[in-house]
Amino acid sequence: MTDTPVTPADRLARATPAAAARRIRGLSDQAIAWLFVAPTIFLLLAINIFPLIWTIRLSFTNYAANRPNREVEWIGLRNYERILTDPDTWANMQTTAHFLIWTLFFQVLIGFTLAWLINRKFRGNDLATTLIVIPMMLSPAVVGNFWTFLYQPQIGLFNYVVAFFTGVDPGSFEMIGSVKLAPWSIIIVDTWMWTPFVMLICLAGLRSIPDYIYEAAEIDRASPWRQFWTITVPMALPFLMLAVLFRGIENFKMFDLVVLLTGGGPGDETLLASIDLKREAFEKWRTGYSSAYAIILFVTVFGLASIYVKALNKVKER
Amino acid sequence: MSASASYSITEPSARAKWIAGLLVVLYTVVTLVPLAWIISTSFKSGPDSISYPPKVLYSPTLEGYVNLFMTRTRPAVSELENLPPPANWYEKIARDQGTIIVGPSRYGERFLNSVIIGFGSTFLSIFLGTLAAYAFSRFKVPLKDDLMFFILSTRMMPPIAVAIPIFLMYRTLGLSDTHLGMILLYTAVNISLAVWLLKGFIDEIPVEYEEAALIDGYTRFQAFRKVVLPQAATGIASTAIFCLIFAWNEYAFAVLLTSGTAQTAPPFIPTIIGVGGQDWPAVAAGATLFLLPVMIFTILLRRHLLRGITFGAVRK
Repeated sequence: MTDTPVTPADRLARATPAAAARRIRGLSDQAIAWLFVAPTIFLLLAINIFPLIWTIRLSFTNYAANRPNREVEWIGLRNYERILTDPDTWANMQTTAHFLIWTLFFQVLIGFTLAWLINRKFRGNDLATTLIVIPMMLSPAVVGNFWTFLYQPQIGLFNYVVAFFTGVDPGSFEMIGSVKLAPWSIIIVDTWMWTPFVMLICLAGLRSIPDYIYEAAEIDRASPWRQFWTITVPMALPFLMLAVLFRGIENFKMFDLVVLLTGGGPGDETLLASIDLKREAFEKWRTGYSSAYAIILFVTVFGLASIYVKALNKVKER
Repeated sequence: MSASASYSITEPSARAKWIAGLLVVLYTVVTLVPLAWIISTSFKSGPDSISYPPKVLYSPTLEGYVNLFMTRTRPAVSELENLPPPANWYEKIARDQGTIIVGPSRYGERFLNSVIIGFGSTFLSIFLGTLAAYAFSRFKVPLKDDLMFFILSTRMMPPIAVAIPIFLMYRTLGLSDTHLGMILLYTAVNISLAVWLLKGFIDEIPVEYEEAALIDGYTRFQAFRKVVLPQAATGIASTAIFCLIFAWNEYAFAVLLTSGTAQTAPPFIPTIIGVGGQDWPAVAAGATLFLLPVMIFTILLRRHLLRGITFGAVRK
């Protein structure tokens, strides 16, 4: 799609006499191309690339944004050293990993199942798909904030429903307040919100499998179970892996939903890396230190994502 | 898709369809309960909202909405009794709760900020994005693939990695807490997706249309405006919805960079507190008004939205 050997301009040049060509076009195509692309590139350089370079620079200093008059010292890699040797960092990484693994697990399991069911093409499957998708379209901050109400012990709907089905006292457990349940409270809300995304990608994958493959399998008398494992799953796998990649990156940077649900608490029980980073940067004002932290997280995401993409490409080649 | 009416061995049996439909409907109902609860809570009175067991049936009231839009105080009982009778219905609702209205709240302003910043950044992303996408689709741009990848890669960058310098930069340039600052920021975040989506749409328009127009004596700009833009209208509209929803929902940058003048609704809604304790009907009312437009959009424009979401995966 990217490179057509003959551009419309070329074809046109051949179709028009040379003298007329210049008059018609006014600006040369090259000039128009640059004129059209330049603002976008400029904006991205100014608001994405320049700040990124600035973050890297700051990460080698002890700069504090709330004390702009203090002399800025160049301290080399000391910020990085302090972050990587701090046991709290590793505790936060573990919290993040726990959140990441379980949300991906549930979203893949439920999302794929839903997509598979919707692909049975029952009547009204379009409407169901649309309604299921609604939660992921909404503001995570506003929704997260309201979930704190659903999670209220005693009066909250969530506790009531759990109590209704299990018979425990709805006042006897606190989803957000207790050390044991808080990590699960954020997993539940994230799964509720983002399962539709995995479902949609899986659905696209399932719909891309041509019917004739199943027809051939049918003729070969392959059982439905065997068809599922030898056709459906392998052919939908690249899509599923892509969905995992997108969700993985997003949940590694997760901020809004969780900060409004638990704020990282109780204690530091749900303190995901990016919430911790926000505290360091904008509450403790350790700008240099948090810049280094940001770079470490950035490199981690990029590193994990590129390893994953390599694996993904291998799956696609098969 | 299977060959419609005729018998096909790949078409699931009626029973399979029925069971699948039932399970999906069950999930749909469960997943919509929290949203229904937000809307339902917004019409409850304070005591109804925190009753046990949670009330499904109640007598609806606009208390939450009045509390959302008005700032109130609770005067002493003796003072309250000496006041003249309430002048209008919302004052009466406030008075029934033992409070008096002292002025409008900030919710209206915050909502308006969300509208301005949302539409402003969407317009700018679409404007710049369409130009860039057209150039990438139709012209020989040097390093085209590299530039396209560069544009996409900025999307993978976690906002946290750039939040600190943007904060410092905005402080220096006087862009913190301004509408312009937020519009530029959201445009920068949205534009990568906009360029990619729009390039896909423009690629689908046959170049012959423009060639014909050029031969008829149109300039490039005229051909772009009068031939390409109308053809790409649907694609532009669906891309715009995506940009709008992102800007509408964004929280992390909004909470860092805005506090007053340009604060949008997402950082504001969680700070709504009533007179004496968290006023959940008011929070729910604020959330309902904020979420409802997106819910309606999603249902009305489902085709375009779903295409956009799966775009990355299907296109590769």
